[in-house]
Amino acid sequence: MSTFLDRVFGRVRLDGVMAFVAPALAVVFALLVTSVVLLIAGHAPVDAFTTLVEYGAQPRVLVLLVNLGTTYFLAAVAVAIGFRMNLFNIGVDGQYRLAALIAASVGGAGLVPGALNIVLVVLVAMLVGALWASIAAVLKATRGVSEVISTIMLNAIATGLTGWLLTADRLGVLNGNAIGTPPIPEDAHMPGMALIPGTPMKINGFLIVAIIVGIGYAVLLNRTRFGFNLRATGQSEPAAVASGVNVKRMVITAMVISGAAAGLIGMPELLGSSFEYSLNFPTGLGFTGIAIALLGRNNAVGMALGALLWAFLDSSSDALQLMDISKELVDIMKGVIVLSVIIAYELVHRYQVVAAQRRVSHELAAPAEKEGAAA
Amino acid sequence: MQVKQLSSVQGRRASCVRDRLDGGDTEGEYTLLRNRVSKLAAATAAGAMLMAAAACGGSDTKGETTANASSAPDAAKGKVGLAYDIGGRGDQSFNDAAAAGLDKAKDEFGLGTKDLSAAPGETDAQKEERLRLLASTGYNPIIAVGFAYSAAMKKVAAEFPDVKFAIVDDADATGPNISNLVFAEEQGSFLVGAAAALKSKKGSIGYIGGVKVPLIQKFEAGYVAGAKAVKPDIKIQVKYLSEPPEFTGFNDPAKGKTTAQGMLDAGADVIYQAAGGSGGGVFEAVKGADAMAIGVDSDQALTADKAVSDVIITSMLKKVDVAVYDFLKNFVAGDVKSGEARYDLKAGGVDFSTTGGKIDDIKTQLDEYKQKIVNGEITVSATP
Repeated sequence: MSTFLDRVFGRVRLDGVMAFVAPALAVVFALLVTSVVLLIAGHAPVDAFTTLVEYGAQPRVLVLLVNLGTTYFLAAVAVAIGFRMNLFNIGVDGQYRLAALIAASVGGAGLVPGALNIVLVVLVAMLVGALWASIAAVLKATRGVSEVISTIMLNAIATGLTGWLLTADRLGVLNGNAIGTPPIPEDAHMPGMALIPGTPMKINGFLIVAIIVGIGYAVLLNRTRFGFNLRATGQSEPAAVASGVNVKRMVITAMVISGAAAGLIGMPELLGSSFEYSLNFPTGLGFTGIAIALLGRNNAVGMALGALLWAFLDSSSDALQLMDISKELVDIMKGVIVLSVIIAYELVHRYQVVAAQRRVSHELAAPAEKEGAAA
Repeated sequence: MQVKQLSSVQGRRASCVRDRLDGGDTEGEYTLLRNRVSKLAAATAAGAMLMAAAACGGSDTKGETTANASSAPDAAKGKVGLAYDIGGRGDQSFNDAAAAGLDKAKDEFGLGTKDLSAAPGETDAQKEERLRLLASTGYNPIIAVGFAYSAAMKKVAAEFPDVKFAIVDDADATGPNISNLVFAEEQGSFLVGAAAALKSKKGSIGYIGGVKVPLIQKFEAGYVAGAKAVKPDIKIQVKYLSEPPEFTGFNDPAKGKTTAQGMLDAGADVIYQAAGGSGGGVFEAVKGADAMAIGVDSDQALTADKAVSDVIITSMLKKVDVAVYDFLKNFVAGDVKSGEARYDLKAGGVDFSTTGGKIDDIKTQLDEYKQKIVNGEITVSATP
């Protein structure tokens, strides 16, 4: 039988019509709970939802959603690579922050011209992310240290390290009350794409990178031997060992790939928007990634939709506040949605198991009686 | 089907019944099925939203507001939009000072106001959108509280040339419609540093900063310079509660308390805190050790918890409320000046408080220093 975790991480799938019932249930349940919260707080739920949808449909906001979603999606993929083999890389947060800081300094130094600089920055970020993740990987492979514990601790160390590096006498440049790395030269800015009509704002060029990463993730996991070994290790380590998978090597490889993907998380912001790593650089994206990986059940398309939903929720806080609704409603909605998805899938899965048992017992019982037993 | 092989290796019975009960592990269907599920999820979500939208059509009075999100203000003038940094209204510190200025102007000039809070760890694009939302829904003027809005303000102000903008604590974002409200925190801190040195019996004082960012280091620089001006060989302990990007140091009273405790144990008898919401913990520790504390931003002898407020001998006043109020007053009078408005000692933007009469004996000395700074005889460095 599958375990609860197998089901949460989407390693076990639902059949037929049930596959459609689960997400539908989750959405209805989330809307219901949020409506109740709104009613308790004295707001009309229908008004609130209408306003949010209207707000989110504006061209300017759509651009924001796609750009934010791009970053969130990369974070989710980084987390999901580990999740698929039962490897909980909680350290994505530290990995991307450290990677972004060091990549930003390298980019700001302007060692190579133009587009080459973009490539260099991205490669440095992936390398730093992979190296930072490999510490936890080596600890797990050689000493059996739980990656959950080590990556959480490495997050704290990354925070200290970036704080130490981002000072005026090291990598930082003091700029009024802000401190940041030297700005990346203009010829190395990732060009944007004016995809959405009705606004001068541009879609971040990293959307294409994110799509490639998403396809790469799906192909790697579902169409390669490595992906098969990775999923097999996640589903049953003894079985994987018995069939000749080197689990230690899988741990290190998966963690390094996860870390390299984590290095990409900061890139849309760094190369497409801020062009420096400063005190304002977004934080906590690694944890956002965990939530979205759960929401998308580690599936590339699921995570893409989850990332957009998350971006929508995050940016709806201002629209809510304009209606005098507390911005904390956003956090409630996020929590409820993740929980509803997990609960809905679990409920549907259990229903399916029971239904299948019933059907089987029915079929087995059938030959015994001429007319068949009533279920 | 490869998974099934694995299962048999593991010794599991792979009968067809079991396979069905497991929900089917066939890999081939995987991608296709998941895609369909995800598409459905999206369709359902959209459908539910649409139903919600349709259901309200009859009763919703503002059903036509398709372009403008939410309830747009009726008048285009005199609606003040204010955007806070992390924490927002109710932080009993910096943001609340801005809120106080906003509320005062609101009552006095009958302005409509709306204040929006930020979420921790957001991107510049999200800050831009906050300002853009305010500007595009008719708010004017718009005030951003905190240097974090610097880049966002520069961009958005250029997009809305007819809207007046102000930003607190930042002089970098400049433009024809941006007023920069900046403070000389180091000058006020110099005076309370001098007060600490004059009041300390043990010749040992402490400074606790919330988060080690350049802005908070200005407080440290002034404090240390002021103390050394009085007593060059004074012992000064300097500690920060957190390092960026960890901003918890502004809201961690427990850490403030243990850090202050450590300083007191090491011999300090006056502690200056520039740690926002963590300051309460510092005062508690100081109260327990029967020592002296110096408050920050507002007159904390009045605003701090009554149980501990008697340990506060003075506070470094950073009058964000005055700056916000002044800006709004000028706006109402149609007299907004763009560029830097520097709130220093001379302008009365920073100062020290005398509530409680605990520094009456040294007030003349402090006033002398104040005069010297105002005259330019003493220049206080903003970096430690």
